[in-house]
Amino acid sequence: MPHFGYTISTDRQIDYDSNDKRVAKYLAEHEPSFMICISCGTCTATCSAGVFTTFSLREHIGNIKRGEIRNIKAEAEKCMLCGKCQLACPRGVNTRNVILNIQRAFEALGL
Amino acid sequence: MSEKKVVVIGGGVAGLEAASSIAAFGVEVALIEKDDHLGGHVDQWDRLFPSRRPAKEITGYLIERLNEKVTVLTGTEIQKIERFGKNWKLTLNDSQTLIADALLLATGFDLFEARKKEEYGYGIYDNVITSADLEKKFSLDGKIRNAQGKVPERVGFVHCVGSRDEKVGNLYCSRVCCVTAVKQAVEVSEMIPGCEVFCFYMDLRMFGLDFEALYKESQEKWGVHFIRGRLSEAFENQDGSVLVKVEDTLAGRPLKMKVDLLILMSGMVTSSGTKKLMDLLQLETDENSFLQPSDRQLQANETGIPGLFLAGTCTSPKSIDETIADSRAAALRIMEYMNSVGSQQSAVSSQLLKTNDNK
Repeated sequence: MPHFGYTISTDRQIDYDSNDKRVAKYLAEHEPSFMICISCGTCTATCSAGVFTTFSLREHIGNIKRGEIRNIKAEAEKCMLCGKCQLACPRGVNTRNVILNIQRAFEALGL
Repeated sequence: MSEKKVVVIGGGVAGLEAASSIAAFGVEVALIEKDDHLGGHVDQWDRLFPSRRPAKEITGYLIERLNEKVTVLTGTEIQKIERFGKNWKLTLNDSQTLIADALLLATGFDLFEARKKEEYGYGIYDNVITSADLEKKFSLDGKIRNAQGKVPERVGFVHCVGSRDEKVGNLYCSRVCCVTAVKQAVEVSEMIPGCEVFCFYMDLRMFGLDFEALYKESQEKWGVHFIRGRLSEAFENQDGSVLVKVEDTLAGRPLKMKVDLLILMSGMVTSSGTKKLMDLLQLETDENSFLQPSDRQLQANETGIPGLFLAGTCTSPKSIDETIADSRAAALRIMEYMNSVGSQQSAVSSQLLKTNDNK
């Protein structure tokens, strides 16, 4: 096929209505402190994994809530479960259990 | 005995608290209110943040505290204000005149006219309402339906409507809308189990002692969602629901979603009553059109004009507790002022009061 030099840009818009919010629902049920995150970023700032990888718990929690879960499963595996974020969180989010439950949600939902 | 008299203009929270505080010193007070009821905006509200106590508790308490020294004149407007020696002479709409040693402006605020933010569709789309409209629904029967009679499955709250917005000429934060949105989000969640509630905000300004706890409760107990981003626009779908567009600034991506009901958190602006008095008294305003006290920290109730004082939201947006504290402070300043003015003036005003009462 001849290549004319055109590309199609993908839609960057978050389409909340058609997104998959099942992982968010699973987390709200299994680790309710998932809901009280205020997106301050303390967890990400203290995260050892985040220094070397794209892992950002603040960002991933936000994305899960919006149903943007495409890369979340792989991202959650970057966490080393050291628990520094849990010590730092000003709202008392059980961050390690949030991450463990992200992995469990994907298994349970067959995603 | 010297009969001193103070005229308080405005029968909302500020005017009520100031009137009863001044009357408690044995001073005669005339409380002038343009509407036919006392209590101002708060009287139109259902429940108050952060405790969700009924608003009537506040207005009821304040009205009860008015003693026999207070003459309430509702449905009364002021036609003219003149200096009369060191006193004030007010001409009312029924041609009655009042002479006062001191005058307190407690003329409050108006809600920002949400139609001015045309991109949000208030007055155009049936399912876009204001926080005050929602409060009326709460008071009426607590049954929340959208314009199509449907129980909303998703409700959105838009913060900062008419506040922090150069496009409408209001550079300031209206203070009370953030926590009001959270309070109303909790109430909607409570009234409609399973309803998804979203708050679209730029910053959440939870400055009061218990506000943060209410914010946390809204997330923890009611699952209210918070999206940081200012709504750019709203559209009406064929079924009457509203499509909103916002940037989720924490994700760094634009977002769209459908809501069944969109609530605009209208901010506070200078009231029409305040503007009228600005004209009558030729007063200065600040860059946000609020009345300008002599010094916002040290002389927040003074005007630089002897015998003229300010209280409440005519000088800046305030919560109820701030308004009450401000009004008490104004009452104290008025008492200090009247004690410092020589007894000669008091004798004059006493005479004039008698003639006035004989009318």
